Amino acid sequence: MILHPAALALLMIALLVSGMGIYAGYYGLRILGRWDPTSGSEGQLELERRTYLISTIMSYILGFELMSLFLFIYTADDLHTLFTGAMCAVGSLAINSFGYPALLLKAVNFILAGVWLIINYADNKGYDYPLIRVKYELLNLVVPLLVLESVLLVAYFAGVKPDIITSCCGSLFSHETSGFSSDLASLPHRPMQIAFFAGMVLTAGAGLLFYLKGRAGYLFSSAAAVTFLVAIASIVSFIGLYFYELPTHHCPFCLLQKEYGYIGYFLYATLFGGGVAGIGVGALMPFRGISSLLHIIPPLQRRLVLGTLVCYLLFTLIVIWQMIFSALKLG
Amino acid sequence: MKRTIERHLNILEFTLASLLRRRGKNLSLLAMYLLVIFMLASLQFFVSALKREAAVILADAPDMVVQRLMAGRQDLVPDTYAAGIAGIRGVTAVRPRLWGYYYDGLNGANYTIMADDQQAAGPAGAAIGAGVARARNLAVGDLLPLISYNKNPVMLEVGAIFPSASDLVAADMVVISPAQFKALFNFPEGQATDLAVTVRNPKELATVAAKIAALFPDSRPILKSEIQRTYQSIFDWRGGMTLMVLAAALLSFIIFAWDKATGLSAEERKEIGILKSIGWETSDVLLLKFWEGTVISLTAFLLGVVLAYGHVFFLSAPLFAQALKGWSVIYPRFQLVPVVDAYQLAVLFFLTVVPYTTATVIPCWRAATTDPDAAMRY
Repeated sequence: MILHPAALALLMIALLVSGMGIYAGYYGLRILGRWDPTSGSEGQLELERRTYLISTIMSYILGFELMSLFLFIYTADDLHTLFTGAMCAVGSLAINSFGYPALLLKAVNFILAGVWLIINYADNKGYDYPLIRVKYELLNLVVPLLVLESVLLVAYFAGVKPDIITSCCGSLFSHETSGFSSDLASLPHRPMQIAFFAGMVLTAGAGLLFYLKGRAGYLFSSAAAVTFLVAIASIVSFIGLYFYELPTHHCPFCLLQKEYGYIGYFLYATLFGGGVAGIGVGALMPFRGISSLLHIIPPLQRRLVLGTLVCYLLFTLIVIWQMIFSALKLG
Repeated sequence: MKRTIERHLNILEFTLASLLRRRGKNLSLLAMYLLVIFMLASLQFFVSALKREAAVILADAPDMVVQRLMAGRQDLVPDTYAAGIAGIRGVTAVRPRLWGYYYDGLNGANYTIMADDQQAAGPAGAAIGAGVARARNLAVGDLLPLISYNKNPVMLEVGAIFPSASDLVAADMVVISPAQFKALFNFPEGQATDLAVTVRNPKELATVAAKIAALFPDSRPILKSEIQRTYQSIFDWRGGMTLMVLAAALLSFIIFAWDKATGLSAEERKEIGILKSIGWETSDVLLLKFWEGTVISLTAFLLGVVLAYGHVFFLSAPLFAQALKGWSVIYPRFQLVPVVDAYQLAVLFFLTVVPYTTATVIPCWRAATTDPDAAMRY
């Protein structure tokens, strides 16, 4: 266990977020059980008011998740000096088996919370709360993940033991440590480049088709989701290399450092923003036919598509720029 | 897009006006908030500055120090060890070091005595730290008398005083020649306090250390990186401990904020009632409350951080120094070098603003969903 101030802050946020999540989930269950828009009873009125509270809480959770995602990476990076062989966040997250799952879950929760808020937005626009069931079913999926994330985070920080000097000798030699790997397994760069640009082109094509003709929504959404994953893998596989100008440094976190002009924040923000909007389009597809949402979902989807296209375009432009002007050339 | 921004701006304007209308209540909240942020920010800045000082000092430390253990205690290292270690491939230099502590009965201070031919300023000379000079009232050219372990006086002529810029390292330092050192402590020949080992390739440090440990099983190799790591975690630990102590203050502030947000005054209730009856929706009132929280949080945060900056870097943190610095008769005087980065500010933000926001979510929602007629009937 370490008493690092940032670790304490992260643990506190995790507890607050899961506490808020459980509170929201509890009222979500009550809404699922007793929701009856035709009734004018006091109970129904109370539940309708609760929906405001729950969407407020969810938007705070989304904000906290996003900020703490970066804080977590930054803290992991800051902690690397405490461990033998760790060069950056890659090494300190591998200290025990909870680091990477916690990070992964943070990202997943951020996306889920984003999609939830998109559905919530559409739902609030319809006069008869048409998506209330969908919304709270999804909430019941998100809340356990939020709690699990907190558990993983606590387990991670509880299992962090700095390699400090012991009284018998320097710690390094008192027990056999092999040191933690500072490298992630990465995919070969040539196929990844093809996959990355193909994914971007496919997403852009499907997006334009949807934006202009209103067709191929599912195709666009799945393309955006797959491209999101491919882009993350590409950062490890080749995008990072162009920024570091080092053919062996496959690290998705060092991009967030000052040495690279904090470009990582911009890259990840565009990627996550585009990903959430793209997945949101698909999440809204089944509800286009609902009568009270006929005039609400299509314009909303068009805006989301536009958001994804702009975000992904910015991301791709930065990558291309760096590939052309980097001192590194991958053969 | 323009309409959305205008809506936010209008609500923000209304928020500011309504905050100013209830000046007393909001100022008391702001003062408490400010105090909590000030304390946490001071702590955070102070610990980071100390960590940085430690890192700067340790940057010049030798790559590896080899000690010898005897029955679990540190013992003198024979010269044969130095020769053996120098024979390991990859080692560029092995320097036996002579150093120790001298208790000065005159003022109750401990000096760190080091032997170094170059710095000692002649066979009977000494270079002393500014702290020693202050404690014994010495200037260059004066004599510093010490009593050897044989009870013989050792007269040292002060050849140089270290500049006070190096106070943190050198305040209690007395550097003398090896011959004087051996005379002062009755130190046996052919031994050293420890060995400073330089290795050409830093990646080989671990291998070299393992070889040393295998060659001399009673030796204790310590790497510079381990010393750095230990210091970092000690400072983190101290900061974290103090944070835990302050957690009580934080918690009481959260309860205070919760209470303030829950106990709506009759006037506020009426205000929300009127707003809703003239057509504001629940979401508008929630937005109003959101902006209220943001204004208070940001004001408290910015002011708290600025005050903490002054407290730590201009006044040297009088409130925390005693708890975090440690103490000694000759204590180095030092001004902390300001280090503030976005990371510290983010941690602070999470420690203060996030719990405040969380505590006020439900009271704000409760205020926003009151029925207009019920609210105005009060």
